[in-house]
Amino acid sequence: MKVHFDIVRRRHWFFGLSLAITVVGLIVWATMGFNLGTDFKAGSRVQMDLGQPVDIAQVRSMMNDAGLPVGQDAITVAGANKQTAVVRFPQVLTQAQVATINRLEKQRFPNQHGSSISTVSPFVAQETSRKAVWAVLLASLFIVAYLAVRFEYRFAIAAIIALLHDAFIVISVFAMFRLEVDLTFVAAVLTIVGYSINDTIVIFDRIRENLKLTPPKTYHDLQELVNRSLWQTMTRSINTVVTVLIAAVMLYLFGGQSIHNFTLALIVGLVSGAYSSIFIASPIWLVWRGRGLPRGEAEGVPGA
Amino acid sequence: MRWGRFLGFLAIVCIILGVTAGTSMNVWKTIRLGLDLQGGMDLLYKIEPPKGQALTAAGKQALLQAVQLRVNSLGVASPVIELESGNQIRVELAGNFNQQTAERVIGQTAQLQIYGSVVQKNGKWVPDPKAKPLITGADIRPNSAQVGQDQYGNVAVDVEFKDKQKWANITKKYLHKPLYTFLNGQLLTAANVNEEIPNGQTQLTGNFTVQNATELAKELNAGALPYPLKLVSSMNVGPTLGMVSLRATLWAGLAAVALIFIFMLMVYRLAGLVADLALVAYGYLTLITFSGMHVVLTLSGLAALVLGVGMAVDANIITYERVKDEVRAGKSLQSAVISGNKRALRTIVDANATTFIAGAVMYWFGEGDIRGFAVALMISIVISMLTAVLLSRAMLLLLTRSGAVRRPWWYGAKREGVKA
Repeated sequence: MKVHFDIVRRRHWFFGLSLAITVVGLIVWATMGFNLGTDFKAGSRVQMDLGQPVDIAQVRSMMNDAGLPVGQDAITVAGANKQTAVVRFPQVLTQAQVATINRLEKQRFPNQHGSSISTVSPFVAQETSRKAVWAVLLASLFIVAYLAVRFEYRFAIAAIIALLHDAFIVISVFAMFRLEVDLTFVAAVLTIVGYSINDTIVIFDRIRENLKLTPPKTYHDLQELVNRSLWQTMTRSINTVVTVLIAAVMLYLFGGQSIHNFTLALIVGLVSGAYSSIFIASPIWLVWRGRGLPRGEAEGVPGA
Repeated sequence: MRWGRFLGFLAIVCIILGVTAGTSMNVWKTIRLGLDLQGGMDLLYKIEPPKGQALTAAGKQALLQAVQLRVNSLGVASPVIELESGNQIRVELAGNFNQQTAERVIGQTAQLQIYGSVVQKNGKWVPDPKAKPLITGADIRPNSAQVGQDQYGNVAVDVEFKDKQKWANITKKYLHKPLYTFLNGQLLTAANVNEEIPNGQTQLTGNFTVQNATELAKELNAGALPYPLKLVSSMNVGPTLGMVSLRATLWAGLAAVALIFIFMLMVYRLAGLVADLALVAYGYLTLITFSGMHVVLTLSGLAALVLGVGMAVDANIITYERVKDEVRAGKSLQSAVISGNKRALRTIVDANATTFIAGAVMYWFGEGDIRGFAVALMISIVISMLTAVLLSRAMLLLLTRSGAVRRPWWYGAKREGVKA
């Protein structure tokens, strides 16, 4: 096999990079919070496909005539052709107001494709966010249990760290760029959780197999083994993420407007998932597993 | 070259392509689309029992039945009505109908009350707080309310009380005296009783249009709800918007699949072709499963399926990379395929099992959209295990054993000389 560059030896760079993104994201998140969609914040969200480029002033005047005055920043433009207007209201719209909006939309925008309007009361919003957090935590717990049985606890913990890393990166990116977080975002994070673990396991499985073939005697042996396993699975890691990314990017570019944020979260998460499996999960496992072993040949970077 | 095996391989290819091309359009038509794809409304109500009154299981059943009755009166095809989290009712109505009317008919109770005395408060007439209503909407015989006309030709609602004697007694007692009819707390009419009414019938009048008289008749017929309902969240999707989303997502999915096909052909050549055929089978079986299990396909479910394509391909990639390893280690193509498949299987099972766990937790905890996504994810994992593992493995083995190709190049592998 060709000589490849030593991934695990440069692990501090990768740890540092991930830490930096996560810390910046968490600071933004802690100070400014998410740009929460109506699923998590009580209120209403009106999404109109106007069939023509959105003129915010026109949409505003329409809402004014509907008896629902809104501020400039309550209206955002979305969609590949900038033809979708999204208007947010802090109040819960009544069905009569919904009907008025639909009627006015038909009147003012002859090419319109109708609207999607959702309203959420504070009670439901609270319930939804609570369930979302629990879902991620419980999913992680079950995955740890499965991995601890099938592999060993160190693999399980390292995989979970990589998984949480991916979730954090996606959360950070959404917090930093003020992207709207709605219910589909939760579905995306959960998918990423599933994918990230899937990706990590294929590598861990190879490490496990190589451990059986050539049990390492020193830390140096172990480091070699991890490096070898990573490169043996590299083509697969890349090819797989390429195919899944093809699917996600196509959905992002051409799919329906309501899954736009969902697919964006997926794309960020997929890239992060592939990265963390190789550059985060395996080095963490190596450091942990190698602690009991004699050093062997010099490693270059002092042990962590 | 063993022709028997090669023909077997060709037969599988023909079956997959033939069945898919022949029947998939018909199967597609039987799949129920979610509200986001075909338009409609989703209403979530919270049951709010009056203070001091407990929410009983029997009461909830009665409430569900009452809601069912109201929904049926709308005439919307295959409505979904379910109890959620113990104290919420979700109503899903698909298709094209008057959404505003629907919400009013489902959630509102027409509270009809007839009093014998009134008082004036803040310039408005309200029922005498000391008096009890003489008779209410609950006394109306079910399905008796209908739109009619009064003697002057104005639109009116005719109703009939269950207890004819009770109405006869009231009209006797208030003969030549006024009776005050309140609808939802508002004074509707005040009229003198001209004669005793023995047949239980009466007529409600008061500036009705045909439309709101029809709605009132429906509300009265549906009867009272055992507990008041409060609308806590709603989603209205216009039918055209749903169709636009569906078309966009389908085209995106198609483009993604086409690109993945090309990618696999370029990287793994003949083996890539096998993977692509397995993908076709995956798509078809998923359709059948959705149709057979009556799963509702939502927009996020559609996204999960396209993602599932990626995961199904991954199983093939893992296997083929293993085969390449085995070829590199100096094995013949045939034994490389056999041992590569065997070694890859455990990895694939472990990887898919964990993703499945994530899907199951989502289903367990999620609601609405998330559930749709989780169901689609779980189905696609199970089916991809069948097609990307069992089917494509059988096909690859048949093809290899037929001896049609011997050079590893055909499977995207390179022989790099013998290596331990």
